Amino acid sequence: MSLILKQPTVLPGFGLTLGFTLFYLSLIVLIPLAGLFVKTSALTWDQFWQAVADPRTVASYQLTFGLSFVAALINAFFGVIIAWVLVRYSFPGRKFVDALVDLPFALPTAVAGIALTAVFSVNGWLGQYLEPLGITVAFTPLGVLVALTFIGLPFVVRTVQPVLQDLEKEIEEAAASLGATRWKTITKVIFPEVFPALLTGFTSAFARALGEYGSVVFISGNMPMRTEITPLLIITKLEQYDYAGAAAIAVVMLVASFVLLLIINGLQWWSGRRQVAF
Amino acid sequence: MTTGVLSLDKRVPRIASTVAEPVLVRLALILVSLTFLGLFLFVPLAAILFEALKHGLGAYLVSFQEPDAIAAIELTLLATAIALPLNVVFGLSAAWAIAKFEFWGKQVLITLIDLPFSVSPVVAGLIYVLLFGLQGALGPWLAAHDIKIIFAVPGIVLATIFVTFPFVARELIPHMQAQGKDEEEAALVLGATGWQTFWRVTLPSIKWSLLYGVILCNARAMGEFGAVSVVSGHIRGETNTMPLHVEILYNEYNYVAAFAVASLLALLSLVTLAAKSLVEWTSSVEQKENRP
Repeated sequence: MSLILKQPTVLPGFGLTLGFTLFYLSLIVLIPLAGLFVKTSALTWDQFWQAVADPRTVASYQLTFGLSFVAALINAFFGVIIAWVLVRYSFPGRKFVDALVDLPFALPTAVAGIALTAVFSVNGWLGQYLEPLGITVAFTPLGVLVALTFIGLPFVVRTVQPVLQDLEKEIEEAAASLGATRWKTITKVIFPEVFPALLTGFTSAFARALGEYGSVVFISGNMPMRTEITPLLIITKLEQYDYAGAAAIAVVMLVASFVLLLIINGLQWWSGRRQVAF
Repeated sequence: MTTGVLSLDKRVPRIASTVAEPVLVRLALILVSLTFLGLFLFVPLAAILFEALKHGLGAYLVSFQEPDAIAAIELTLLATAIALPLNVVFGLSAAWAIAKFEFWGKQVLITLIDLPFSVSPVVAGLIYVLLFGLQGALGPWLAAHDIKIIFAVPGIVLATIFVTFPFVARELIPHMQAQGKDEEEAALVLGATGWQTFWRVTLPSIKWSLLYGVILCNARAMGEFGAVSVVSGHIRGETNTMPLHVEILYNEYNYVAAFAVASLLALLSLVTLAAKSLVEWTSSVEQKENRP
């Protein structure tokens, strides 16, 4: 162990705890994930390409990546406003609203899925008013967008909120006393401070939406080429005993999430704080 | 501070117009936030309760007497009861190694621990099917020895462990890193054993982070859907957890029962949020007391 340890210490338990950590990590995460790549490597390049680039799969990428991006944008816009309101303004029920922001993290995705479907179906609470306007949400791509917006909602709020909290009021006062208008102070002084956190929250929401399954499958209607998300396609392949095909698509998704994880890590390093959200 | 008016002014700081927005802008922003959160959070939550109680309290309560519902609740509790302690032990062990020692590859290890969060739940289920399923790498061997993992309880437990893997560790690591190791070193130098140091010095100082991690881990373990759905096989009364039971009832158009079980899970999430807020509040009060 002294080979790995950088400096001597009197504290005991290094070998035991690191050993158990590596053992458990390998057993639960690393070996099973490696199995996915091994399974995929059994395919020839042509077979792999056929699995990951057939029209139905490509349509599912377009839907999943496109709508995840739009949902993250919506959450970035409203997330900044919500974080601002929660930090800067006081109104009755602020603490309650603050706690409720985490609901999409705590509510099981299947429960969120059937609740959103009930609300946005043609005769649901909101669906009945949208239908006469020609807006159908349930069982259309718009429904997928609603679900993805729901599950990504807390990310931007929870990454931007602590940055706003730590922002020193003196900077704003200085800007104001030097003649800046309020709008100029917000766009030129506050926004640059918040921007790295906003980008981190946006990327996290995007990454979360890419892999989301439970909340989407109820409201999407799961029509191939139209409202079928990639995680569902993996399950469909699995149910048809096309294990290699399922593994190939999973590898594509996994590589996408690894790239996003690296980007998020880079952004966190840039903004100098670890993500607070869970 | 001579008059009452002034002291009142001190308690409720008047917002100077140069560093605050006009009242109308403030009201508009609050309204936008509350509308957005109301539509996306409050309305769906209310809808669950409304749908569950649509045909009265009697029909609602009947949903929980059904044997399949009871079996689903039991399986959810069982999977959580196994996954939670394992991930707590792992979290403590990983945090001890990472926070108290300097070693090569530490940053890589921290990133790897976070990995299950960036893997789609469906992919999480899939990797176990590829490993333990009939067509999987270990499938033939397991079948020969009559061990069932996929479409059985062990698979559900494994999938639950995977998706809740980082929760406790990622709460503990930054906290224990910030705390340093001076107190533990002092205890050891004064003659305490390693275990005594852990129980009496380390554990009391990390109890709130630990509890926080446990609360989050518990909520996710009980509510996981995607990963468990892939490995479960959906056998009623045998391999259905509560979220999977909700799905089956919903797909059978048994909406009252589906939303009744869903309301139980929604209640769990509200309790989780309340417990989370309480822990945050208590630990911040304690921190203030410790630093006068």
